[in-house]
Amino acid sequence: MRRIHEHPILGTLKDAEECTIVVDSKPMLARAGEPILAALLAHGVYATRLTEKLREPRGLFCGIGLCTDCLVTVNGVQNVRSCITPVEEGMVIETQTGGKRER
Amino acid sequence: MTKLQTDNTCKGLRRTGTLSCEELASCPGIPSEKRLQEGPVAVIECSEEIPCNPCEANCPRGAIRIGDVITGRPYLDGDSCVGCALCVSHCPGLAIFVVDLTREEGDKVTLPYEFLPLSKPGEIVHGMNREGEIVCDAQIVKVDTNTHNDRTAVVMLLVPKGYGMEVRFFCEDGGKNDGEQG
Amino acid sequence: MNAETPDILVVGAGPAGLAAAIEVSEHGASVTVADENAKPGGQLLKQTHRFFGSERHYAGTRGIDIGTKLVHKANDIGVKILLDTPVVGIFDGLVAMAVGQKRLLAMHPQRTILATGAAENAISFPGWTLPGVMTAGAAQTFVNVHRVRVGERVVIVGSGNVGLIVAYQLRQAGSDVAAIVEAMPNIGGWGVHAAKIRRMGIPILPQHTIKETRGDGRVEQVVIHQIDKRFRPVPGTETVIEADTVCLAAGMSPRSRLAEMAGCAFVNVPELGGRMPVHNVVMQTSVSGFYSAGDIAGIEEASTAIEEGKLAGLGAAFSLGRVEQAVYKERLMAYTEALDELRCGPFGKERKQAKDRVVKGYDEIAN
Repeated sequence: MRRIHEHPILGTLKDAEECTIVVDSKPMLARAGEPILAALLAHGVYATRLTEKLREPRGLFCGIGLCTDCLVTVNGVQNVRSCITPVEEGMVIETQTGGKRER
Repeated sequence: MTKLQTDNTCKGLRRTGTLSCEELASCPGIPSEKRLQEGPVAVIECSEEIPCNPCEANCPRGAIRIGDVITGRPYLDGDSCVGCALCVSHCPGLAIFVVDLTREEGDKVTLPYEFLPLSKPGEIVHGMNREGEIVCDAQIVKVDTNTHNDRTAVVMLLVPKGYGMEVRFFCEDGGKNDGEQG
Repeated sequence: MNAETPDILVVGAGPAGLAAAIEVSEHGASVTVADENAKPGGQLLKQTHRFFGSERHYAGTRGIDIGTKLVHKANDIGVKILLDTPVVGIFDGLVAMAVGQKRLLAMHPQRTILATGAAENAISFPGWTLPGVMTAGAAQTFVNVHRVRVGERVVIVGSGNVGLIVAYQLRQAGSDVAAIVEAMPNIGGWGVHAAKIRRMGIPILPQHTIKETRGDGRVEQVVIHQIDKRFRPVPGTETVIEADTVCLAAGMSPRSRLAEMAGCAFVNVPELGGRMPVHNVVMQTSVSGFYSAGDIAGIEEASTAIEEGKLAGLGAAFSLGRVEQAVYKERLMAYTEALDELRCGPFGKERKQAKDRVVKGYDEIAN
């Protein structure tokens, strides 16, 4: 687990409401309101997508919603920035390949 | 795996991140040899002109002087300093230490520490020098976590005689300081 | 003009934006701050270390606490802060934003202060797209704001203050820092930041850079090598570091798209991060009604951002007739002196000269 429970300056991590999200069909516990990518990293999931042609993994890069490297599909909607989008109870997250919108 | 090392054949703060002997000697915040042999005293290892003066502002005895231009390097008035260590936690650069080289049982080094786990008095740890090398064993004498220090723990170590002007950090067994255990 | 339009709109609730909004409010004008993030504070949210400067610059106070102080001050004085509200465009003075990321709102405030900050530069090398390679800011955000470790063993590229401080913060978070590589012959940041790192045993390697990263699905190895004064690799100096994370701290650039859209004139000042809108002594850009403050006006620190925010707020409020001449003169002098104080010494002097060029750019256009 990569959560920082105790920190010399930030103190003890406060309890938060848990919520369950589903990531590639597997349930995952997240802290209510945290970005999707925080939950993924806490559980050791680093790749949020594969690129279209070469199927190369991508994940966290800028962390502030600028670079679009961390895209995932959320509740069927593609190309959601996982680093700034907060989790919600029951959210269905799929790591995606490419990002072309299906018609 | 190759051990990575900063090239210490090149000396100096700008090149290596550690003060050379010459730079230390010319730091106005380093007390004289005479003063060091008189009792606990602050050692201010701040050698660059950066805009900063909380040390001057927080010393209750006015023993630290920077002046009106806040980029001045801190000067330590050894006669006014009693080694109270209030300055240790207030320096944003964590560059102030208090040493007592006058004890028979060993030299005492008080330093700022912002990591977990926080060692307890009595524990034996490893004393580290400015280059991060383990140079001796050390014993934790005191750990001050007063809220006045705003989460900078002020730790006093007992190190062997002669190491008081060398030890500036410490680690527990295993040679690493983690933010969190496990 | 609708009920939601303030006299002055501030874009960005970081130190510059909050300081600007507080200043505006002190002079009785109405002000709204729009910020794309879920929490106000900008970079201050991630800065767990103590700030430098003097008492008026909150010296000795941790960045996170300065942020809290500014937000409380803003709230107490009646500043409206819209969060999750990115400003998406400026069209002939009309400012469009997505309130709560959902509702499009367009307004024509009398004055707009752009305090949108800066973003980290990306540097590329073979393997840079592997998960595990990220900006230093990303690591800081996830560790200090979201409380998640981004990796177990990190190599940091860049020994400016950002790289040095993030190394320290990563250790506080429980990660190991294998090395800081720096392309230049000297360490970029302040000596005290470097000294903190070195006494922990973290090597800082000038004239070294990343050759490539390798790994299956994630960074597993980082290969560094020495470079000469012309940045050419020195053959035979490759070192393989077992690490799972690389943090890029190779400088920042102003986030100035909105200033471009507003039609502001720009100047290129490499020492301050590249291209930035020109401004005068009260932070007014070349476009009437638009001001800039903070990193968008040149990469410096939070303390200078706060003073520039105050200047911009003062300038904007004065231009609306909300500030008496005597008060204006007094505050203009006080804030300018505070900035001069921060731009002193060998590190600050270069920045002062660079900022003078930004103001010179404004003068050349205005005349």
